[in-house]
Amino acid sequence: MTEAEPGSRVWTRKDLVGIEDLSRSEVEMILDTAPQFLAVSHRESGIKKVPVLQGRLVVNWFYEPSTRTRTSFELAAKRLSADTLSISASTSSTQKGETLHDTLYNIEAMRSDIVVIRHGLAGAARLLAERHPSSIINAGDGYHEHPTQALLDAFTMREHVRRMREDPEATLDGIRVALVGDIAHSRVARSNVWCLTKLGAQVTVCGPSTLLPQGMDRMGCAVTTSLREAIADADVVYALRMQLERQGRCLFPSIREYVRLFRIDNETLAGAPAHAIVMHPGPINRNVELSSEVADGPRNVILEQVTNGVAVRMAVMHLLVNRPAVGVA
Amino acid sequence: MAKSIVIKNGRLIEPSLGLSEQLDVLVEGTSVAGIGRDLTGDTEIDASGCVVCPGLVDIHVHFREPGFESKETIATGSRAAARGGFTSVVTMPNTAPPIDNGGMVEQHNRSAREAACIKVWPAAAATKGRAGAEMTEMADLKAAGAAAVTDDGNDIESSWVLRRVLEYANMVGLTYLTHAEDHSLMEGGAMNEGYNATRLGLPGLPKAMEEIAIDRAIRLAELAGARIHICHVSTAGGVDIVRRAKERGLPVTCETAPHYWTLTDDAVERFGTNAKMNPPLRGPEDVAAIRQGLADGAIDCIATDHAPHTLTEKDVEFQSAPFGIIGLETSLALGVTGLVRDGVISMERLVELMTAAPAGGLGLAAGRLEEGGPADITVFDPEAEWTVDPNQFASKARNCPFAGMRLHGVVKATLCDGRVVHRAAEG
Repeated sequence: MTEAEPGSRVWTRKDLVGIEDLSRSEVEMILDTAPQFLAVSHRESGIKKVPVLQGRLVVNWFYEPSTRTRTSFELAAKRLSADTLSISASTSSTQKGETLHDTLYNIEAMRSDIVVIRHGLAGAARLLAERHPSSIINAGDGYHEHPTQALLDAFTMREHVRRMREDPEATLDGIRVALVGDIAHSRVARSNVWCLTKLGAQVTVCGPSTLLPQGMDRMGCAVTTSLREAIADADVVYALRMQLERQGRCLFPSIREYVRLFRIDNETLAGAPAHAIVMHPGPINRNVELSSEVADGPRNVILEQVTNGVAVRMAVMHLLVNRPAVGVA
Repeated sequence: MAKSIVIKNGRLIEPSLGLSEQLDVLVEGTSVAGIGRDLTGDTEIDASGCVVCPGLVDIHVHFREPGFESKETIATGSRAAARGGFTSVVTMPNTAPPIDNGGMVEQHNRSAREAACIKVWPAAAATKGRAGAEMTEMADLKAAGAAAVTDDGNDIESSWVLRRVLEYANMVGLTYLTHAEDHSLMEGGAMNEGYNATRLGLPGLPKAMEEIAIDRAIRLAELAGARIHICHVSTAGGVDIVRRAKERGLPVTCETAPHYWTLTDDAVERFGTNAKMNPPLRGPEDVAAIRQGLADGAIDCIATDHAPHTLTEKDVEFQSAPFGIIGLETSLALGVTGLVRDGVISMERLVELMTAAPAGGLGLAAGRLEEGGPADITVFDPEAEWTVDPNQFASKARNCPFAGMRLHGVVKATLCDGRVVHRAAEG
């Protein structure tokens, strides 16, 4: 890197809306901040807490059902000693016609520091970030981005590469990643393409032609409908969750045929390099995008992703809230 | 007797008469009393350095009356029009309730006479309730003063119904204005399909939606032996289909809007919901084709598709926001800046695209400046620069993606039936 020593880098952003906005060095700053928080979760004392956000209020505001992401954010906030508050779509006043801005004005009237938002429509997080003083963390907005998922995925891949190469400085430069599944409706795919390509990895997206959106190649990845081709030289095989509710919209004929062409199982995985690892953002549809033998097999790092997710989200919250005051940096 | 007004020292551009030279215009009462040199009158408008032309005509605006008066009214919309140099507009019937019978056309004309400072001609719905199933009483609509028929905002899905609408409208002497959209391809689409939509995670509106519908409409018009007009063409493919139909001698006309030659879908990220309209902003190759079509005649006229919405309605997630942007107060300057100064077309062609061409297409008594005719006159300075500030607009709405743009072309005065309905502040 040309600009600065890792130690002297300074985080300046108020929000984390998308990976597309970030520079490589910002992505790396988050990844490099995560290990200290991973250590908190692994403390031998069993006291998994640091006072980094003591007295701060973190609001988890979820318009879509989520167990994993929501729990991960909540735990991250709690391990940083923040107070947490959860608002879900079912208890929100959206149904009464309140606008997104008005709801946030009300949340902010209670002095929130971080607002984690998941929303079904693309752009919701940016809309809020541009107007409101709270730090906004995008926990998934429509098909747009899911930045913390991509960050925890990159962190997990990097940890794996570092272990495998026995090189604590190893990067993702040149690593080959195949993202397989419904690319069109996946914010995880988009954030991962931005994140991994910024970090120097070579990304191939693979799925049925009906679920590969136009212009995807301009995001810097290769695009294919052949699973065999996508994983032939992959270091990481990343299966995306197939939204079962997409059936019946004439996007693919049946789950049965999807399985036939795109499922990651021992048979298809035989076509990937022996060292390739398998990842998935969860929750898994067993025997749809991943066979059970692979989901439970030795090559998957899926639960490691979950563990790392808490640490990466702690790192993000820390950087956003404890950034230098405006004008001081 | 009212005082006469002389507009002096301007360059008169009158496309119908083929005039483009320095001439004075004398206005007496509601009419043009003379065109010539060294004319005198009781009062004078100094048009030195300015273009003097027929009052501009916009055949595609939404004034939202009745039903959506919080967005715009005939009064505020017509003031916005006057400020933009327009003296005649055609309003779309997607009101609540829709303007789909003679009584409502008469009511609209009565409101316009009372509230509008310019001429407001209503287009009426082509099918009852704009539902695409039963045709409206078009002879009645025509007799009540409808300027055209259209279900704008919707296409007519059934080709059977569209065919019969075209045949019948042609018989009564009304032109059908086509909102060309194959709705079955829409599927929640919010912006042009392609790289930007994919990147932003927004469902796309493919160009084929428009192209298929234009092609279908023209083929049905050919079958019906009817004249047809295609609204707001946005794609290279759409321009091409219209051009080919004209080459085959079919009576097809079309319009485009200023945003389609000014912006690409790159603007969506910067301007958010104020860059959301249907059809959407397209790619650079489409912008180039629109410009070419305006120059070579494949595109007949300019219309703004002025579509006001309230701040609250637009201040939401992109997919939740309504389609539409306003355009009356920026249209001329976007033409002067983006078409004439960029060398795409001449000033004479721009004036034609905004006066005689749109009026002629619908047979409106507008878009001409001749002795004895109505004194609908626009005076604009093509060199003067300004910065677009929607807060200064006369429209009720602010949903404009051109905010902050530096543009050339300031409307100095607008006269409608001899009355000064807009006069720019001096200085």
